Amino acid sequence: MTTIFGVPTQALFGQLLLGLINGSFYAILSLGLAIIFGLLNIINFAHGALYMMGAFVAWMLLTYFGLGYWWALGLAPLVVGAFGIVLERVLIARLYKLDHLYGLLLTFGLALIIQGLFRNQYGVSGLPYAIPAELSGGQRLPFMFLPNYRAWVVVASLTVCIATWLVIEKTKLGAYLRAATENPTLVQAFGVNVPLFLTLTYGFGVALAGFAGVLAAPIYSVNPNMGADIIIVVFAVVVIGGMGSIIGSVITGFALGLVEGLTKVFYPEASATVIFVIMVLVLLVKPAGLFGRTA
Amino acid sequence: MADTAALDAAPIAAALPTTRDDKALHRLIFVGIAVLLIAAPLVLYPVYLMKVLCFALFALAFNLLLGYGGLLSFGHAAYFGMASYLCAYTAKSLGFTPELAILSGTVTAALLGLVFGALAIRRQGIYFSMITLALAQMVFFFSLQAKFTGGEDGIQAVPRGALFGMFSLADDRAMYAVVAVVFMAGMLLIYRIIHSPFGQVLKAIRDNEPRAISLGYRANQYKLAVFVLSATLAGLAGSTKAIVFQLASLTDVHWSMSGEVVLMTLVGGMGTVFGPIVGALVIVTMETYLAQFGAWVTIIQGCVFVLCVLLFREGIVGLIAKLIRRPL
Repeated sequence: MTTIFGVPTQALFGQLLLGLINGSFYAILSLGLAIIFGLLNIINFAHGALYMMGAFVAWMLLTYFGLGYWWALGLAPLVVGAFGIVLERVLIARLYKLDHLYGLLLTFGLALIIQGLFRNQYGVSGLPYAIPAELSGGQRLPFMFLPNYRAWVVVASLTVCIATWLVIEKTKLGAYLRAATENPTLVQAFGVNVPLFLTLTYGFGVALAGFAGVLAAPIYSVNPNMGADIIIVVFAVVVIGGMGSIIGSVITGFALGLVEGLTKVFYPEASATVIFVIMVLVLLVKPAGLFGRTA
Repeated sequence: MADTAALDAAPIAAALPTTRDDKALHRLIFVGIAVLLIAAPLVLYPVYLMKVLCFALFALAFNLLLGYGGLLSFGHAAYFGMASYLCAYTAKSLGFTPELAILSGTVTAALLGLVFGALAIRRQGIYFSMITLALAQMVFFFSLQAKFTGGEDGIQAVPRGALFGMFSLADDRAMYAVVAVVFMAGMLLIYRIIHSPFGQVLKAIRDNEPRAISLGYRANQYKLAVFVLSATLAGLAGSTKAIVFQLASLTDVHWSMSGEVVLMTLVGGMGTVFGPIVGALVIVTMETYLAQFGAWVTIIQGCVFVLCVLLFREGIVGLIAKLIRRPL
């Protein structure tokens, strides 16, 4: 068996792939957080809970309506996004004039409610969700075995991230969005309906989280706690990358996933904490974050 | 939206200055609390009271940072829990007397607070909260893996021992007396800090940091100092809790513990002297009575969070203070 630094290549590339998968989720989630924060000035603590909700919606569509994975991939983000729009209209919109910390506290409370409700209904043991038939199996590459579904997750999340970036950077809609992030009052004076923009942005941001949840469902079991574990890591990712740049948060997400995968190979004890350690290092060297702008 | 948010950002606490009359009122309340502390064990279960007092001290320490420093830490479980572990470890494995065990836990929290505080104050606002949360999660994983913490089991059957090697704390009433004294001392210390010149500068930085800096105050040193003080007192609460319940576990370092102390402070009233005590009383009581409903506790906590943020931002004590037009 071939080895690199005394580690079998199969194990090394397997962990790297797993790292890339985790990185995909970090990237989509931190992208959503960054978009929401940019326009609404709110750190969405409920992001993890809505990611979990995306996975559960996929599971429910299959179990109660017999709608499979591909339906879920389209419908679950819509459901989560619509739910997000209701949350924004009914609750979050009341806080825009207050200190940012109230937004954090409110969304923290929402996360507790959403997680608690799902935990009550479905327990904590996790529900299985099968890989769609089209993507089962895998490719035997010279250096490793590549499961099709995992390759699909990386490709799908990269596509979504790049598409989002293109919409924000290259379209007229994106230009409005960026302008409203810089100076909402002025943009509103030009006749753009900024409150509607805020609502749709929040809806889109959490729809991304829902999409990530559907992607995650076949890999991890569908579990009410899946969002709570990941959201804190994503916060660290956001601190490392800085929320100033869309593409920056995507790159940081994937890179940190890879670093985490590598740590699992070479020093498994530190794999849970490596991202936090990197956060500490970045704070010491470049407090504004790798892609951040100094305020 | 950044500009409007900065303009409208309502100060967390009522901006009323404290007059001599107010100090007399506060003194009266302190005497009232002391009397209640003495009388309460006659009618209420001492273990429940000790739980309330430990969490009240924890919330007071947290409020020192949030209410007077304007810094929302989402990782205070780290100091509470780590102190609790160290206290339990030194008391059980090294045979420390309870006062030395509590001291070692408290010092641990202070050192941890110094390191984490120095890191976290490098960023402001929302980033500060995320950094403290992430650092606390690191402590959680450390506690999960480290040998001395006992992993999932925690450190159980911690001996209460004998205070100064002389007075046994095995009896709940003796233990209660110690906890009441620790709580009273912690509360008075925090009151003193808030009303000292240091506390005044702190409030100035909270309300307008650039202005405080332009007046020549080193804002970061003040922020770090209050962070360390808050972590230390949270550690004191965590250590005392470990001795009282003879247990240190992962629950104490979990992020939900950080959330709980935020909730207590929010319900009682951020930036009020007495709010966190009332908040701790309400939340601990609620949890005690709702424990039988399992996961509903989390849901109810979440609802309380949402309601408080939307409708009841002053908290209970803040509302009373507004009604009687006195800072409390």
